[in-house]
Amino acid sequence: MSAPFSSRLAGRATIPAVYLALLIAWELSVRFFAVPAWILPAPSEIGRTALQWAPELALNSLVTLRETLVGFLLAIALSLPLAVLIALNTTARRLLYPILLGLQSVPKVAVAPLIILWLGLSEWPKIVIVILVCFFPILVNLIAGLEAAPRTMLDLMRSLGASQHMIFRRLRIPVALPHFFTGCKVAVTFAVIGSVIGEFVAAQEGLGYLILISTSQSQTPLAFAAIALLTLLSIALFHGIEWIERRVVDWTP
Amino acid sequence: MIAAAGGLAAAPPPAADVAAIDVRGVSKHYPGSAGTSVHALGPIDLRIPTGSFVAVVGPSGCGKSTLLRLVAGLERPDAGTMMRYGTPLDAPSHEVGIVFQEHVLFPWNTVLENVLLPADVLALPRAAARERALRLLEMTGLAAFADHRPQMLSGGMRQRAALCRALLADPRLLLLDEPFGALDALTREELSLELSGLWQDLGRTAFLITHDIEEAILLSDRVLVMSPRPGRIRADFEIDLPRPRNADTPRLSRFQELKQEIRDIIFDRRA
Repeated sequence: MSAPFSSRLAGRATIPAVYLALLIAWELSVRFFAVPAWILPAPSEIGRTALQWAPELALNSLVTLRETLVGFLLAIALSLPLAVLIALNTTARRLLYPILLGLQSVPKVAVAPLIILWLGLSEWPKIVIVILVCFFPILVNLIAGLEAAPRTMLDLMRSLGASQHMIFRRLRIPVALPHFFTGCKVAVTFAVIGSVIGEFVAAQEGLGYLILISTSQSQTPLAFAAIALLTLLSIALFHGIEWIERRVVDWTP
Repeated sequence: MIAAAGGLAAAPPPAADVAAIDVRGVSKHYPGSAGTSVHALGPIDLRIPTGSFVAVVGPSGCGKSTLLRLVAGLERPDAGTMMRYGTPLDAPSHEVGIVFQEHVLFPWNTVLENVLLPADVLALPRAAARERALRLLEMTGLAAFADHRPQMLSGGMRQRAALCRALLADPRLLLLDEPFGALDALTREELSLELSGLWQDLGRTAFLITHDIEEAILLSDRVLVMSPRPGRIRADFEIDLPRPRNADTPRLSRFQELKQEIRDIIFDRRA
């Protein structure tokens, strides 16, 4: 028996209601303490500004989304062959893993100005920063996944005389897929941060750029609107990958 | 449950004097902790005549699974010689089908795709393999579940599907590594009888590893009893019970006699 409609509705409504209450508390305390909008704008003020600046916000969101997605997809394209190489070949593992770990350990914010210096003011330096920020979680999870095939299944394939290629196609790749998606979900939220880092250092467009100039001009409500959009973008990308995962990895309960 | 094996009749039997498996003086060690080595098995002699059903029973940890892995070609012995149908056994062969203790079905494939795995690996003609897979599923009562994922099936059904997969490439030799060990007693007996009928219809050679004495007697022509580690063959029983075997077979006094004799050897109670 399912719960009565009214109580199911109440269960579904609880979490949005909490969020709404928090927003109302924010609104009321800003008004009550008369906080100036350039320090902390009320949600209503942010909403009004967002509507007013809607075309600019939309345009800059598209720029950031494009940088994020292109960088993220290139990071996947780079990680796939590297993971296969490292998972299958111990020499490659000993040679490449320290380099990749070193690359991951360099603070990306620190090298961002250098990358801009080398690659100029186009979208490419931002894309490169996105790649640097998000390739590692994809790579590490993919390697772990490619090595996660259970021994019993490997025995089965070996007992059939399966080639390495066949074992890879029929066993290692399906086993690796859930791990790969875990890496992608972590990486895509990093990717958004990567775009913003790039836009902070040098850019003429993008949500990061918009935050930088609006705060420098005390347009705090606009900065808040841009931050809210970045957050929504990140959440949407995360759920987008989860949606794809549910359709591709449809065998896990 | 077992229908007539139409179209699945046995290939003409090979020369009877060549054993399916002939193992001589084989032993196996595994590396233990701190550079020591654990003597797991042997030396063992084992002959599986073509067309017979041979079982090995023994306590857990006696190395009987190691013996099966050696016979399957999944591992190499430290000493001794191994022959399969008269040629040296040094790698797995498509002439051998294996049913593992766990079903080892791929959860990302349907039951039919799982059963067809050997056909994909061996690049067998697609249409014929599919037809044979569907017929095997029919014989084991799984036809309605061909397009289901294995995780939708009960334990007994999964093991039936694993048996279908092992039989798909028409192996001359079937290796069974405690195939019903993970199932409840009722399903185990049901599946044992099914396997017995299937084996008789197909006329294949089979080698069973189990810790279940009744299962070994019910299915086999010969039962070998293994000692605790390092595993050696301690006794060799000819099972002279009539075939076909059925649910009444365990009630025969000869069955109970054999069971008691084997138990006595395993528990070292023979005078």
